[in-house]
Amino acid sequence: MSSVAKQQASAPYSQHQDTGRFDVERIRLDFPILHHPVRGKTLVYLDNAATSQKPQVVIDAIRNYYERDNANIHRGVHFLSERATEEYERARRTIQHFVNASDSREVIFTRGTTESINLVAQTYGRKNVGAGDEVLVTAMEHHSNIVPWQLLCEEKGARLRVGPIDDRGALLIEEFGKLMGPRTKLVALPHVSNALGTVNPVAELVGMAHRWNAPVLVDGAQAAPHIQIDVQALGCDFYAFSGHKVYGPTGIGILYGKGLLLDAMPPYQGGGDMISSVTFEKTSYNKLPYKFEAGTPNVAGAIGLGAALDYMNGLGIARIAAYEEEVLAYAMEAVSALPDVTVIGTAPHKAGVVSFVIEGIHPHDIGTILDQEGIAVRTGHHCAQPVMQRFNVPATVRASFAVYNTKAEVDALVAGIRKVREVFA
Amino acid sequence: MSDLRDLYQELILEHSKAPRNFRAVPDASLHAEGYNPLCGDHFTVYLQMEGDSIRDVAFQGAGCAISKASASMMTQTVKGKTKTEAEEIFHRFHELVTNQPSANGASKGDDLGKLAVFAGVRDYPVRVKCATLAWHTLHAALEGSQQPVSTE
Repeated sequence: MSSVAKQQASAPYSQHQDTGRFDVERIRLDFPILHHPVRGKTLVYLDNAATSQKPQVVIDAIRNYYERDNANIHRGVHFLSERATEEYERARRTIQHFVNASDSREVIFTRGTTESINLVAQTYGRKNVGAGDEVLVTAMEHHSNIVPWQLLCEEKGARLRVGPIDDRGALLIEEFGKLMGPRTKLVALPHVSNALGTVNPVAELVGMAHRWNAPVLVDGAQAAPHIQIDVQALGCDFYAFSGHKVYGPTGIGILYGKGLLLDAMPPYQGGGDMISSVTFEKTSYNKLPYKFEAGTPNVAGAIGLGAALDYMNGLGIARIAAYEEEVLAYAMEAVSALPDVTVIGTAPHKAGVVSFVIEGIHPHDIGTILDQEGIAVRTGHHCAQPVMQRFNVPATVRASFAVYNTKAEVDALVAGIRKVREVFA
Repeated sequence: MSDLRDLYQELILEHSKAPRNFRAVPDASLHAEGYNPLCGDHFTVYLQMEGDSIRDVAFQGAGCAISKASASMMTQTVKGKTKTEAEEIFHRFHELVTNQPSANGASKGDDLGKLAVFAGVRDYPVRVKCATLAWHTLHAALEGSQQPVSTE
């Protein structure tokens, strides 16, 4: 890491933000990994939808916790346990404000989006979905918002229904509404599609589902890094996202749930911390949110996630969104303009992702050649095989963007794609 | 560091663009399907056996340049070979694409003829499954396997 980056690390961006201009070069200094070459080339990291890189403040927060504050939480009477508990709960309040939940008890720490969805499927779902009932999802889901519902439907004899998308990758709203009815017991949908980048009109869809009294779970894994989240404005009943996609560590994520729903749900896992009293005859469960946090949680992860959201708040979510929109628009135009390249996912409202294929060249070959140029992209089905089937492609190349990406990096991607075409000429 | 051209050799590119024996064999005595679920590669290998010998071999499907070229060159290599000979070539091919070159610089591909062009794959561990998919599928066909093969 350069000495400049070290200085930057000790003074988070938020503390010396002085102009209205979005200074991406300065932001890049906050991320040590961006300054380490790969394959002898400058890293062009365009795989942010898989995971984002971490700013120094997040790395420091985790290290500081282990160096100074480490203890188990909610248990000890001693100094360190109090401090660890305080930091863990402070992170919860940071997340509460990040999603604009009305109460911090509505924020449950999980391992990530996948566990959050499974939690709802196994608790709310098992209690409320029965034989002949229906769970409704969209055709643009990540596997993690399909399989938990499939498991539930198989167990209960319920039916999984799928709202179709159009050729641009936008949800067909009217068709989606027609699939709702008295049997619809839960609707699950992504805020932003991981394979296509489509942003769904969540508030409108929630309104439609609520007319049938169906609660809505929003998979926010790809939205949280890019757009302002307001669960009260969206009206959704559950909202899930992962820490590692918002510049935080892996192994931590959250489930937001409306207090009334969470209170009525049975616990997910049994163990320590989720109880208020245990005898061999009967256990009474702890109050929210601890009812859903059995066992010693990922304390360092929660603190790291809190630091990551503090970092994003310091930059300003609206400013992040505006800057990223500009880079995405530039990338969409540049990639679409290339001969023989087809962009998969051209919905009018998109965030973070340019997925594409090149006529006659397999995405895997494209990925290998781009990698040689130091450009990291994802190739494959992006854990969204039904999306690939919908567009009749075996796989795509996905370039996905974060706050530290630049138009110059888009130019590098375009040059890389030209190189691919030379190799296969 | 390896050069891109070590992986994408001219012969590999040429076979990927114009694969040999790229056809279905409707009356094949043996056939098997192979998948590479992560990249979506999907091939069917057809065999026409005569006793223990491979009288005809062909393939169909879709995949990346490496997997397609490997399938194409495999069909050329194993045609006329016995089952045991084909399995032995697969074994040596697998060693070629997974092992590091030996210290004295001698390549394990010396006795593999033109299949030695796949030696560059060993520098790209994630591409090994591309290069071997058709061979795993051939193996399954020779074994009379009813289950599709997966490289994952």
